[in-house]
Amino acid sequence: MSKNISRRAFLKGGLAAAGTLAATRLPAKASQSPMEPLATLIDISKCIGCEACVLACSEVNQQKYPDPIKPFPKMIPKKVPVADWSNKQDVTDRLTPYNWLFIQHAEVEHQDETYELTIPRRCMHCSNPPCVKLCPFGAADQLDNGIARIDTDICLGGAKCKSVCPWKIPERQTGVGIYLDLLPALAGNGVMYKCDRCYDRLAQGELPACIEECPEDVQTIGPRKDIISQAHQLADEIDGYIYGEMENGGTNTIYVSPVPFEKINQAIEKGKGKPHMKPVADTMADANNLAAAMIIAPIAGLAAAAGKIYKMTQKDQS
Amino acid sequence: MKSPLVRILYIISTSILVITGFGQMPIYKRYYISSLPGLGWLADFYITHWLHYLSAAVLMGLVSYALVIYIFGYRRFQKPSISGFIRGLILAALTVTGVLLVINNLPGSVFSQGAIIFLDLAHMALAMVFIVAGIVAILQKSPWIVERFDR
Repeated sequence: MSKNISRRAFLKGGLAAAGTLAATRLPAKASQSPMEPLATLIDISKCIGCEACVLACSEVNQQKYPDPIKPFPKMIPKKVPVADWSNKQDVTDRLTPYNWLFIQHAEVEHQDETYELTIPRRCMHCSNPPCVKLCPFGAADQLDNGIARIDTDICLGGAKCKSVCPWKIPERQTGVGIYLDLLPALAGNGVMYKCDRCYDRLAQGELPACIEECPEDVQTIGPRKDIISQAHQLADEIDGYIYGEMENGGTNTIYVSPVPFEKINQAIEKGKGKPHMKPVADTMADANNLAAAMIIAPIAGLAAAAGKIYKMTQKDQS
Repeated sequence: MKSPLVRILYIISTSILVITGFGQMPIYKRYYISSLPGLGWLADFYITHWLHYLSAAVLMGLVSYALVIYIFGYRRFQKPSISGFIRGLILAALTVTGVLLVINNLPGSVFSQGAIIFLDLAHMALAMVFIVAGIVAILQKSPWIVERFDR
C-alpha cells in the first residue's frame, strides 16, 4: 500500500480509515515535533487544467489575503514602485498576492506526439529555502514539515525573498503590514504573499485545499523520501521526467511529466508571476561552502600566530 | 603589536562586512544606490552574502591571530584600552550571532523563528554599535591596546 495519501484515498476510506493513515502520514502534529519534511508529487499527465485547485486555494486562504489601506504612504525616493493587486483580485492566470496557485499551459511535441499539458504552479517549498534563510528580519519561517511560510505580521515587503527565489514566487501588496506603523516612507513596502501549503489545515490533519479539491488526484502528499521514490516509480512507468527533486538543492514539490522539462520550459509563458521550469542550481551552496572557510580561517590565524610567537621566542633566546 | 598587513586586512574586511551587511537588507536597490555605475553588484543578494561570509572568515582569521599574538607575546607589556575592550566585546558578540546565523543557513531548520528574529536583529544592532564605537575610536584616536604602566 502506498504510504502517501491522495484526495481519493482520503475520501474513499472514510474519515476513520483516513484518520489511521493520517495519523502516520498526514502532518497532524506538523507543528509539534520534528518530522520528515512533507513533499507533494504533481503528476502533470493527470492535470486537466480545470482550476478546481486554484479556486479551492482562493476560497480557503481568503482570510489570509491582504486588505490594504489607501492611499498608500508616499515613498522616498518618489520613484520607488508600489504593488497594488487589490483591484485585480480575480486574476488567476499568474501568481499575485491574491492568487497563490495558477495553471500554466504548454503544448509540447515529443516522440512524434503532441501533448497539451496543464501544470499547477505555486511555491516549490525548497528543502533549504533562500526566502526563509536570507530574509533579514526572520519574517519567513520553515516549519518542521518543510513548509516555507511568510509571516505576514512581520514581513516588511522588501521583496528580498522574491529576489533570491529561483522562481520569483512571492508577490508584494503595498499598503498592508507592519511597515505602516514604522517608517513607511523610508523602509518597507507592504507584505509578500505566496503559497503556505495550507499549513494551518495540515496542522489540523487536513489536506491542503488544492489537493483535497482536485477531481483528478493530480497531487499526492507524504514524507519526502516516499514521494521521491513514488515519483521515480511513476517516471519509470511512463518513461517520464522529474522536476523539483534536485532543483535548488532539492524542493518539496516534485513534478512528474511525460515530456522533458526543457521542452515544457520552452513552451510555457514565462515572466512576472509566471515561473520558469528550467534547471536550478543550489542557490545557497556557494555561501554554505564558504562556511567551511569560517572554521579554517581561525585555525590558519592560530597557526600563523604560533609561528610568529615561535620566531619571537627564538629571537629572545639568541 | 603593530602589523601593517593585519591593519590593512582588518580595515578591508570590516569595510566589506559593513557594506555587504547593509546589503542583506533590500536598501541598495530601493534607494537606487545600485543604479550608480559600478555598484550594480550591491543589489545582488547572493554576491553580497558570499562576500559577507568571505570577509567574516578573513576577520575571524585575523582576530584569532591577533589574540594569540597578544596573549602570548604582548600581554605583559600591553592591555586593551577601554575603547578596545568595548569594541572587542561587540566584535565577539557579532561573531557569535554571525556564526549562529551561518549555521542556520545550512540545510535543515535548527532554530525557531523567534530565535532567528532575535539573531537577525541582534546582529544588526551590534553592527550599528560597532560602527559607532569604531567612529568614536577614530575621532578620539583610541588604540585597541595601550601600554601597561602598572608592570
